[in-house]
Amino acid sequence: MSDRTNERLSVFKTYKLYVGGKFPRSESGRVYEVTDSKGNWLANAPRSSRKDARDAVVAARKAFGGWSGATAYNRGQVLYRVAEMLEGRREQFVREVADAEGLSKSKAAAVVDATIDRWVWYAGWTDKIAQVIGGSNPVAGPFFNLSSPEPTGVVAVLAPQESSFLGLVSVLAPVIATGNTAVVVASEKSPLPALSLGEVLATSDVPGGVVNVLSGRTAEIAAPLAAHQDVNAIDLAGADAELAKELEISAADNLKRVLRPQAVDYSETPGTERMTAFLETKTVWHPTGSLGASGSSY
Amino acid sequence: MTEKLTEKRSAAFAYAPAPESRSVVDIAPSYGLFIDGEFTEAADGKVFKTVSPSTEEVLSEVAQAGEADVERAVKAARKAFEKWSALPGSERAKYLFRIARIIQERSRELAVLETLDNGKPIKETRDADLPLVAAHFFYYAGWADKLDHAGFGASPRPLGVAGQVIPWNFPLLMLAWKIAPALATGNTVVLKPAETTPLSALFFADICRQAGLPKGVVNILPGYGDAGAALVAHPDVDKVAFTGSTAVGKEIARTVAGTSKKLTLELGGKGANIVFDDAPVDQAVEGIVTGIFFNQGQVCCAGSRLLVQESIQDELLDSLKRRLSTLRLGDPLDKNTDIGAINSAEQLARITALAERGEAEGAERWSPACELPTSGYWFAPTLFTNVTQAHTIARDEIFGPVLSVLTFRTPDEAVAKANNTQYGLSAGIWTEKGSRILAVAGKLRAGVIWSNTFNKFDPTSPFGGYKESGFGREGGRHGLEAYLDV
Amino acid sequence: MPTTAPPAHALADVTASDSTLRRFLHGLPGVDAVGLEARAASLGTRSIKTTAKAYAIDLAISMVDLTTLEGADTPGKVRALGAKAVHPDPTDRTTPATAAVCVYPDMVAVAKEAVAGSGVKVASVATAFPAGRAALDVKLADVRDAVAAGADEIDMVIDRGAFLAGKYLKVYDEIVAVKQACGTSARLKVIFETGELSTYDNIRRASWLGMLAGADFIKTSTGKVAVNATPANTLLMLEAVRDFRAQTGVQVGVKPAGGIRTTKDAVKFLVLVNETAGEDWLDNHWFRFGASSLLNDLLMQRQKLATGRYSGPDYVTVD
Repeated sequence: MSDRTNERLSVFKTYKLYVGGKFPRSESGRVYEVTDSKGNWLANAPRSSRKDARDAVVAARKAFGGWSGATAYNRGQVLYRVAEMLEGRREQFVREVADAEGLSKSKAAAVVDATIDRWVWYAGWTDKIAQVIGGSNPVAGPFFNLSSPEPTGVVAVLAPQESSFLGLVSVLAPVIATGNTAVVVASEKSPLPALSLGEVLATSDVPGGVVNVLSGRTAEIAAPLAAHQDVNAIDLAGADAELAKELEISAADNLKRVLRPQAVDYSETPGTERMTAFLETKTVWHPTGSLGASGSSY
Repeated sequence: MTEKLTEKRSAAFAYAPAPESRSVVDIAPSYGLFIDGEFTEAADGKVFKTVSPSTEEVLSEVAQAGEADVERAVKAARKAFEKWSALPGSERAKYLFRIARIIQERSRELAVLETLDNGKPIKETRDADLPLVAAHFFYYAGWADKLDHAGFGASPRPLGVAGQVIPWNFPLLMLAWKIAPALATGNTVVLKPAETTPLSALFFADICRQAGLPKGVVNILPGYGDAGAALVAHPDVDKVAFTGSTAVGKEIARTVAGTSKKLTLELGGKGANIVFDDAPVDQAVEGIVTGIFFNQGQVCCAGSRLLVQESIQDELLDSLKRRLSTLRLGDPLDKNTDIGAINSAEQLARITALAERGEAEGAERWSPACELPTSGYWFAPTLFTNVTQAHTIARDEIFGPVLSVLTFRTPDEAVAKANNTQYGLSAGIWTEKGSRILAVAGKLRAGVIWSNTFNKFDPTSPFGGYKESGFGREGGRHGLEAYLDV
Repeated sequence: MPTTAPPAHALADVTASDSTLRRFLHGLPGVDAVGLEARAASLGTRSIKTTAKAYAIDLAISMVDLTTLEGADTPGKVRALGAKAVHPDPTDRTTPATAAVCVYPDMVAVAKEAVAGSGVKVASVATAFPAGRAALDVKLADVRDAVAAGADEIDMVIDRGAFLAGKYLKVYDEIVAVKQACGTSARLKVIFETGELSTYDNIRRASWLGMLAGADFIKTSTGKVAVNATPANTLLMLEAVRDFRAQTGVQVGVKPAGGIRTTKDAVKFLVLVNETAGEDWLDNHWFRFGASSLLNDLLMQRQKLATGRYSGPDYVTVD
């Protein structure tokens, strides 16, 4: 290439983690080689340590109050803005997905389009899920009684290993659409779309810390996340059966909500399960009573 | 003033004993396990005694399930599953309606039985437990043929065999919470009642027979923790539901890790009952009393931490102490008894130890003048003042009639203190200001919020916790999800 | 209008002006209706048997203000009532007398004579009972007449219109004036007509207003409207007298009136007294039932306890 003197030397991107709205390298200083499906070098990705996981949890917890407290309409707008930004970076993601998953450019484009549409789908859910799964309960007494879904809290998400972008968004978007904050462990082999997604989020209106993206060895990062007492739930999509069992056992220490790995066709329209998995139901009672003291209680 | 009133309660108007008749219930000298529609001895012939906690009298001798019995029961449930799940929902509904009706018919008998075996006052079994038990079956009966419309997609499928382990604090009600939704959705069950309160579950087995429920659909295995552990671990169990301690809940979560078993857990709590300075004080006092002394405080959603706004602390505590002095502790079968016996010697020891710890850590202990019976397991209603978040009694679930009183200055502080616990089951809010109720309710991390009331339950109302109080909901439409393959 | 100095107690300054009074009354703790009614219903499930029931029946009889407040009242009717009050059960002289007979002012003299020497008090409704819609002078004259005729107790009605219009000081002043007119010989019962005040918050405010103005008793109702005494409104008033004594040291009585017809109901009210205000109120100096038909039911139940047989209406006197 160097003999073509009139060709401009391209600028490589240094892929970094996305934690608390910032782009740190791994505190460990470690990187690992990311290759395309044919084994060609693509980039050196940060290889996150347990301390990076810890920092990400702290950032996610810090962001939880604001994000869960935002109006559902506001969250919907913010997530829709992400879709707009993704659309603008479409070409970049097509290239990254094609490299990562060994797809032709047109197939990769279809995946990216589906991914952007998935964002839009979940963005629209933010202010509807409560109406679908919550509601008033007709208790047998003079009480107003209302059940509403609330986000579980900080959710660790092990992104699917194979579907580096559509799969990633399919597991991440439901978590944050419902008001949770997330620590995402990117596909180990193909982390670049996830790391680039961090750049998109940073330039959308998603507050820092709502989504934190880590790359590296899934098992190494997932272990401290599953054991972390300030993580409320974990999506094991990206864990194999053996790792999933191990993580589920340590998740029991603080009774994390666990979504076990299952066969998912990410091209299908999802149901609500990935949202309800990370929602709590809060039921509030209040007396109604009569308008006055006229009623006798004999 | 409070002290004076307390002393004066020698009572010209002393209520004469008003015992509910024990003769409405006929307890057999021994009971078997209920497997595949028959009462049967344990494979290894083991039995255990169940006693009345208020007198320590032995009520009956009950077969003690072991691993071999779990095997038999799961096999029976599996066999029954095929036909039961294939029944039209409308037919399953009618079985459940029958059960609900028979429970209503036999409610006096069951109330007395529950009071004898558990130690709680007849007033509670009669007016709370039994009506709620019947209502729960009635409610879920109606769901059995409407599952297509429950919001879980068309024709949601049952899971299979449900292994259910329930506690001793509301033996029959917890059975209802487990069995009613399981059967309505087409599952079959193997249920293990607690070792100190097996009797009402065995009477329920008889009710299943009266209702003509097909054999094997409900199997009851009285026994200890080992039987529960074997049930939970059994490879042919598809669904595990547990109500009990957080420690055991975690163990169960580890046991089912890596399997396809669906798990719901309803565990411990350390509920905050928050009283603001503009509360309806008299009703708040009642709510505090109900919150911590209902069922001797042996309630996972008990309001065991009273968070009172500092500006009204003295006044509220005076009222509360005066009110506690009117509580009537004694024979659980007496219709005027407010506070019954603690369920077991073991539980009494735990409550006693934690209360002593409270004193040792410097909290101030108070109980009304209160004579405890000489036999049985008893603990006087107790409150601790000068408690801070650092005290053990403000953090550990005591599961007894012991209230820890803490103060706060602002709503922010109240919410922060209320949420500062590993648990997240229940909370109470007392204020006449509507916007404050909604603001605080929104910030509390707990599954059930009672505002200007406490300890209210209803089959239509989902119940369950945040954080280490467990996951999944029981009751309402939400309660179906735990038993459906969705 | 005479704004007389209120009784000397800890809360004297709250009646200094309309605005201080309003602030005080509106600063009282609110009442949650569902919780209040649930507590009253829960106390209603107390099971009062055998010796306790016998005690409660006699206590209830001794607390009855045996009442006739009809346009058709005649001296004959009132004399019969007086005789019944003194000896409620002619077949059993151990039966306690009732606390009082309660009549219109023009019947006070007849009633006084009928109960003479028995210890049974004569209570008279006054202040343009039951509506209270008359000029203050007329009301005060009504009171003075009754007192002059020998009434031991005056059952006044408050001006509900003024109360609902928020003119608390007007209501207060009127009670103070009536209290003055009662002099030292008659105890004053203040009727709120709780069914017209409508809300529990109003009933709590009225209770405190009445007590601040010097009421010896606070009373639910006239018996002339749709909703009279209920367990819930009586419980609320018992809480008020309990709290008032705690704050001021002054004990005030409570009288539920209207609608209490059976022994079962009366015993429930006594349970409310026992477990809310406490034993100090379990005495006819501090608690009364305004009732007419209740007495016969109490008597029949008393006979049943004594004999083990159920009694019938022909075994008690119809007056």
